[in-house]
Amino acid sequence: MKEELFISGRNIPNIDPFLNIWHWEIPVYLYLGGLSAGIMFFAGLFTVIGKEKEMETTVKWAPFLVPIALVLGLFALFLDLKHQLYFWRLYTTVRMESPMSWGAWTLMFITPLSMVWAAAYIKDLIPGWKWRINLFEQFEVIIRRNMKPIAWAMMGLAIVLGVYTGILLSAFNARPLWNASILGPLFLVSGLSTGLAAIIWMSKSHKERTILTKIDLALIGVELFLIIHMFMGFLAGSAVKIEAAELFLGGPFTTTFWGVVVIMGLIIPAILEIFELRGSKVPVWIPSFLILLGGLIFRFIMVEAGQITRFLY
Amino acid sequence: MRYGMAIDTAKCVGCGDCVVACQTENNVPIGYCRDWIVENVNGSYPNVEIELRSERCNHCENSPCVRCCPTGASHIVDGGIVMVTHNECIGCGACIQSCPYDARYSHPDGYVDKCTFCQHRLEKGQSTACVEVCPTTCLHFGDLDDPYSDVSLALKNRTWKVLAPEAGTKPQLFFLT
Repeated sequence: MKEELFISGRNIPNIDPFLNIWHWEIPVYLYLGGLSAGIMFFAGLFTVIGKEKEMETTVKWAPFLVPIALVLGLFALFLDLKHQLYFWRLYTTVRMESPMSWGAWTLMFITPLSMVWAAAYIKDLIPGWKWRINLFEQFEVIIRRNMKPIAWAMMGLAIVLGVYTGILLSAFNARPLWNASILGPLFLVSGLSTGLAAIIWMSKSHKERTILTKIDLALIGVELFLIIHMFMGFLAGSAVKIEAAELFLGGPFTTTFWGVVVIMGLIIPAILEIFELRGSKVPVWIPSFLILLGGLIFRFIMVEAGQITRFLY
Repeated sequence: MRYGMAIDTAKCVGCGDCVVACQTENNVPIGYCRDWIVENVNGSYPNVEIELRSERCNHCENSPCVRCCPTGASHIVDGGIVMVTHNECIGCGACIQSCPYDARYSHPDGYVDKCTFCQHRLEKGQSTACVEVCPTTCLHFGDLDDPYSDVSLALKNRTWKVLAPEAGTKPQLFFLT
């Protein structure tokens, strides 16, 4: 039996022949959000357990990237809006059922918090830094005294932000590829791993790198586990889920996903990291770069492929 | 009060009058449409059958677009009609992603637009533009809660289906088969 569908006279931009309403802005934002969540989580974690001295890059230097990444990510989100002058409407209401509302509010709190964290360490970064306004000086003293509670808040918000980047997609029942609850933890773990990769790249202390590399290896393991489970879930699912999985299992995204994201972005860096832990000389930037690139491409293809998948009727 | 529409797929000839009427009535920008015709061809010649469907927003009872809207611009009004308040919409596209029927589009002015069941006409006691012009009277519109409304009577006497019931959206468009 042959079945064909024609839709007469409908050729709406970005809707037909298949949905393409979200372009590069969304994956870039998801990536920067995940990266920021990763850096902030570990900065918070090592502050809470009192390892600021040993883990200097994690706690002090890498978090300087976060406000920059978040502002760039927010700018990308803003570019994506089609009715930009009304963006402030996000902040006139709290919509419990809408993941995007949750995300907007989380960013409202976490972006200033990341700036406060960076400001607290700016005197270590730029010796001789002086606040022009006296109030800032007093504010800094209060912040420096309360780093632990702030670290707790930052860890919590970082997890919400990391999970949110996945939930944003998984909440859409109409796009079968996205509509998998495993996307929340998967994007969180991927975000944490890219955050670690950035810190490892920046760190000059061998001891710090060793600790972080071990954590990163565990995260890569978890990520592979979650990816396999995601596909098991799809293949055991309904027709639309199987069709979604087939985009990655023989379909147009097969090479990019398995070749670039899984092998180049997860397995090869993991092998390189194992060699590094065993004492081989591997340039530190290579596994970090591969993980960062793999994470970015992962988000790009998830956003693009998801929009192709739909209900059949 | 619960508005719904029944579309007689056996009577529809796919002329597209409903599409043009809607575009005219609602000032839909050129190149866009709030309703459209789907030709579902089954089999191959000589054993072939065609189902013609005039489709539009399903005004779902469990509407994913209203759920995912971050500002509350998408909302449900009296009669179960899903509406968009233009000056609350930020154009994020979440509702477009959430619709299993691809019934929403991004208006060139930025906000999201879609079928309103001609709410401005219903308020005046008129029916929707698409129903008024249909030359084969294959569109039946009315209150589903009223057993004697046009739509209720059409559903009572015929077999019907809804689109993608597995999406769980409880659509209010019924296709008479």
